[in-house]
Formats: sequence, C-alpha cells, structure tokens
Amino acid sequence: MKRSLIAAVGLAGVTALVLGGCATEPAEPEGPVTITYSNFISAGGNEDNLTAIVDAFEAENPNITVEVTTLPYGDYFTALQTDLAAGSIADVVDTDFGFFQTLADSGALAPLEVANPEAYRESLIEAYSRDGVSYGLPSSFSAVVLYYNADLFDQAGLDYPTSDWTWADEQAAAEAITALGDDIWGSHQPVSFFEYYKVLAQNGESFLNDDRTAVAFNTPGGIEAAEWLVNKSGTVMPTIEQGQGTPDFDTNLFVEGKLGMLHTGIWVFGAVADVPFSWDIAVEPGNTQQASGVFSNAVGVSATSENIEAATLFAEFLTSSQTMVDVRLDSGWELPPISDESQLGVYLTKDNPANRQAVFDSLDGIAIQPIVATGQQEMQDIMNEELIEAQAGRKTVAEALASAEERINAVIGG
Amino acid sequence: MSVSTLQTSLVDRAPVTRLTAPVRPPARRGWRYGLTVAAFLLPSAVPLALFVLVPMVSAAWISLNDWNLITPMQFVGLDNFAELIADPRTAAVFGNTLYYIVGYLPLVYVGGLFLALALNRALKGRAFWRGIYFLPVVTSWIAVAIVWRWLLNPNNGVVNTVLGWVGIEGPGWWTEPAWSMPSIILASAWKDLGFVMVILLAGLQAINPDLYDAAKVDGAGAWTRFRHVTLPMLSPSTFFVVVISLINGFQVFDQVYAMTGGGPAGSSQVVVQQIYDLTFRYGAAGEASALSWMLFAVILAVTVVQIIGQKRWVHYA
Repeated sequence: MKRSLIAAVGLAGVTALVLGGCATEPAEPEGPVTITYSNFISAGGNEDNLTAIVDAFEAENPNITVEVTTLPYGDYFTALQTDLAAGSIADVVDTDFGFFQTLADSGALAPLEVANPEAYRESLIEAYSRDGVSYGLPSSFSAVVLYYNADLFDQAGLDYPTSDWTWADEQAAAEAITALGDDIWGSHQPVSFFEYYKVLAQNGESFLNDDRTAVAFNTPGGIEAAEWLVNKSGTVMPTIEQGQGTPDFDTNLFVEGKLGMLHTGIWVFGAVADVPFSWDIAVEPGNTQQASGVFSNAVGVSATSENIEAATLFAEFLTSSQTMVDVRLDSGWELPPISDESQLGVYLTKDNPANRQAVFDSLDGIAIQPIVATGQQEMQDIMNEELIEAQAGRKTVAEALASAEERINAVIGG
Repeated sequence: MSVSTLQTSLVDRAPVTRLTAPVRPPARRGWRYGLTVAAFLLPSAVPLALFVLVPMVSAAWISLNDWNLITPMQFVGLDNFAELIADPRTAAVFGNTLYYIVGYLPLVYVGGLFLALALNRALKGRAFWRGIYFLPVVTSWIAVAIVWRWLLNPNNGVVNTVLGWVGIEGPGWWTEPAWSMPSIILASAWKDLGFVMVILLAGLQAINPDLYDAAKVDGAGAWTRFRHVTLPMLSPSTFFVVVISLINGFQVFDQVYAMTGGGPAGSSQVVVQQIYDLTFRYGAAGEASALSWMLFAVILAVTVVQIIGQKRWVHYA
C-alpha cells in the first residue's frame, strides 16, 4: 500500500494554513541577541553556502547574531542526543525526517509560529507538523533517481531509461551492460532498509501494517521485492567482498565509467558532474507502480531556548528566504522546500544532468519511510542486517525475511 | 594502577637515602600536615571525582531508570538488569568480548616479548627500531582501522593478495562473521605490540646480570636461562601487562566501531559497542548504564582474582 504524501495530507495542510495564518509573526528582538545553530546540512562541501545564508540573515536582522556549529551527518545525532541530555542543546537544530519523530514526541521542540507557511511545499511543511502545528520547518528535499552512463548504453546498443521503465527493463539492460566486459557492471542499488521499503512500494507492498504495530513484508510480493534487491549482487552488481556497501563505492564505480546504472540521490550531482562520458538521470523504475525515495531535512527550535522568537525568525529565513532559494539553486545543493514552483524553473534549465524534470516526476509517487512509535533505529538495523545475510548467501531471502519479521515485531511491539 | 607504581620494585632497588629530617610520627601530625597532603592530592583527586566517580554514581542511578536521553527519566528499579539478563544478546556480547581477549592477549604478549627480547640486545639502530614499533601505540585508532580495512580487503587487500601468491584463497576478513573478530584481534595486537614491548623491555633491563652469570656458571643453556631466569624475573612486568590488557580488553571499542561496527550479523558486537548502540541508537540509556555496571563488576572480579592469584606466580626480586 503506497500513499502519496502530498495527497494524504492535503486536508491537514489546509488546517496548518489556517492555524498558521492566525499566529503572530515573530518579531526581531529589541536588544542584541545571540542564537546558536547546530547543523549537518552544510557538512562536507556546503559550509560556504550556509555562511552566505547566515550572513544575509544577520544583515537583515542586525540585532541577531547566529553562531553556527557544523557536524558530519554520521556524528550529528550522537552529539544532539548528548546535548539534549546535558541541557546544552542549540537554539536551532537540524533533523532528518526519522529523528524528527523522536524529537517531536519527546517535547524537545517548540511549537513554531510560522509567519509564512504558504511559502513551503505543502506536503513538506505538513510532514513536520503535529495536529496542524509546525514543530519543524523543512530545509530541503531531495529524491533518489536512476543515474545512467549513456556511453555504456550506446555500446550495448540499448535505449536510454525512461519514466515508463519497469524492473524487467532495468534487469535486461543491466545484464546487457554487465556482458560488455569483466569489470563493467550493469546496475548498483544499495541493499538496505531505505531501499527495501521503497522497492516494496514499487511492488505494491508495504513495510508495516496499517496501525504500524507489525511488519507486513513477509509476503510473496515482499519476497519478490527483496530478491530484486539482493539478487543484483554478484550478477549485475559487485559483491560485498568486491567492496559493495563501503562508503562511496557505488558513486566511484559510476564515476570511473564502470557502472551502467546507479540508484542514488540527487545529492551526488556534484560528484558526477565532470565525468568524461555522457550521463543523465531518469525516474527509478517500479514493478507494479512507480515509487521513489524522497528525503527531506528540517530545522526545529529547542523548547528550552531562551530566544524562541529570534530562533524561529532564523529558522524561517534559513528555510524559505529568497537568499536560501538562490544559494541552493545556484550551487546545486539539495532543493529548496518552497511552494513556488516557478522559482524552481532555474533548476530545470541547468544542464548536467539534462533531464532534471525526472527529479520532479519522482515526486508523483513517493515511498514513505515507515515510522514506528518505538524501536525505529533497531528496526532499521535488523532489516539491514537480515538483507545483508541474504545478500551474502548465508540465508535465503525467505529465511532472512522470516527472521527479520520475528525480530522486528519483537522490537516494535507487534 | 600506573606503570611507575608497578615498576618501582624493579627499577628503584637502590636504598633510598633520606634527604631531609625524619617525618614526625603520626600521632603528632597536625592540621598543617593534613592540609599539605590534601594540597598534593587535590590536582588528581578533583578530576578523578569529577570525571570518574560522579559519572559512575550517575550511571548507577541511570541504570535504575528508563531514559532515552531526551524525555525525563522514569524509575524502573532493577528492570533494566532483569531485561539484560533475559536478553540473549547480553550473553552474546560478553561472549564476543571474551573471544577477543582470548585471541588478543596471547598474541600481544608473545609478540611483545619477542620484540622486547630482540630489542634488548646490542643492536644497531636499537632506539630507532624501538621508536618504530612504538609508533602504532600513539596512532589514532581511526587511522589504524582504515589501514587495516585496506590491508584486509577481501577483494584486493595486501594480505589476501599475498596469500593468493602462495595459492591460498584468503577469507572475507571483515565481511564474513567467522573472520570479523580475528581481523579485529590482528589489528589490535599489531597496534598494542609496542606498548607491551616497552613494559617488558623495562622489566628485562631491570634483571640483575649476575643472575645470568650465575646460571651460566651452573651450566644453564640459553633456553634454561630464559625459562628459569628471564621469565620469573619478568613476572611482575608480565603481571602488569596481563592486568592492563585484560582491563582494556574488556573495554574494547574503538577498533570494533571503526572496523566492523559490530557486524556482520553482530559477529563482532562487543560489550562497549552494545552500550554505545543502546545509548545513542536505541534510546535505552538506562539499559546501557546497567550493562556498564555489569561490565564493571566483571572487570573488578577478574582483576581481584588476578591480584590474589599473582602470589603464586609473580616474583618480586
């Protein structure tokens, strides 16, 4: 069962708009105020872009100084939890969609009086709301697409992928490209929780049951989806022993021109930009339906902040200002979460990849990340582990899914 | 316990000459004396209290609560301990930790002893070699882990490539559950060899050469001298190495975190990695603190047994 995030939350979005409209606009403080902002979104190459946004905010709000701390994504949540436990949390903090649930549930985030909620893409602002009240503001979004090496497709005499492609088309192309040479591979897709819930949706299946108390993937369709992921390994994709699964392995393989198709996010546009072969992107193929992985990050304001108004003002500037839009579109940083699609036109006119429309087409069918009340991370870890057991051949796919079902249900209370 | 405390008996065997007047007997020591002692103790006592005792007591309190680091704690009594004892993963992580120690300790001791014996000879460039072997000890575990992951890369790593030359198909070191712990043991032993070497080297140099001369006169060969002079005289250093290595071994974490993250399939999940995961990944700081105390109890018990047992085999000359 797949839901479109945008459609499902339409009504609630209207409520948010009404409530948002009633709220008073946060005002700039009278005296000088310093707020702190802890982030991961700029780590690894976008630090200067963030500085540009912060500088513009400070110029517009001379009474507010923003102290920025940047941590890599891998360390960020450990630091955030330590800060929460120690009571030293920054005024404004980054979060991803998964951890937002934990933060919002625990009351760590302040309800926000958003001055201009209609500036945001409705599905995104709603994703960070509870009962129509925003507890976070989306700071960006990105989609996972199918990258392809057009030169390898030409060599194999294949047509390029289109948005109508299905798994069978991808499989046929992957096999033809793998046959081109010993160290040429057809297609790479990570074997992980984040891919699995997506391919389940692509196969018309669901990771969790309707009330999210037990898993629902141990079905013939679920097994087929897992096999689609796992069986690439060693046939059209390198094995774990050959390095598959290590950081940046897939991107490097693509950049070296040894990979026909790559399932990954638009965040690697920059890394792939200067390769000496022609490449483009397409919407990821589905099986019974199209479903894409869409990820977004957000900022929240700490409930314990002494400067909630100033912090909210900054959070809103960081996520919806014109400066942010310009900086993000200019640099090719993840997409701005704004509702005004005309502004995104600039993005479409840029080259490399040419088919940027695929990014927006991906949003037509979104595989929503399964979220449970307790045991989220443990659920993800168990799923990753069992899928890798199947990939390594130590378990059959059916055994791995049965084991994952039993273990995850025990953790999430099913 | 510091290196210097244990080594004192070996190194400072010359009688200590009194530099000042004898200290007054205890009965007449006044508040001034107490103040002086306190002043000397303070620089180490304050950090010890702040960074060891306070966290230990806090952890004891947290272990009695349900806490995800974010919402307020909820008192649950001994539930966390009961859950840990009932959870098969607890036995598994202690088992993996024990596996690590059993593999690591003999390797690092024998390797360290071999190096110490070699570098105790009048060798050309001896100081240089000692420095080289000590270098890994002061290198960051993250750097070492990256290098070892590269060396043990199942596909194109140096180790498997060399094994391939002699017709052996190398294993999937950190990709196969059966080989993940041996990989970590190998890297750990390599990194800590220098430390063990330095301790044993100090021990070797403190052995009175007369003992060797006497043994030679009695007709003892090289092996007999090693077996009956070197090893017994080295026993205080050996004891120190064993105690410290066991304490560190039970707390093994950095290399596991950096090399395998506890995988594949939990095959290298050790106690401290489990404490980390419970706290920062699974929002179970209460259970993690309870596990910390269980680990502390085990280390304490093992150390006490060693200290009692040392009387049987450690010889202080």
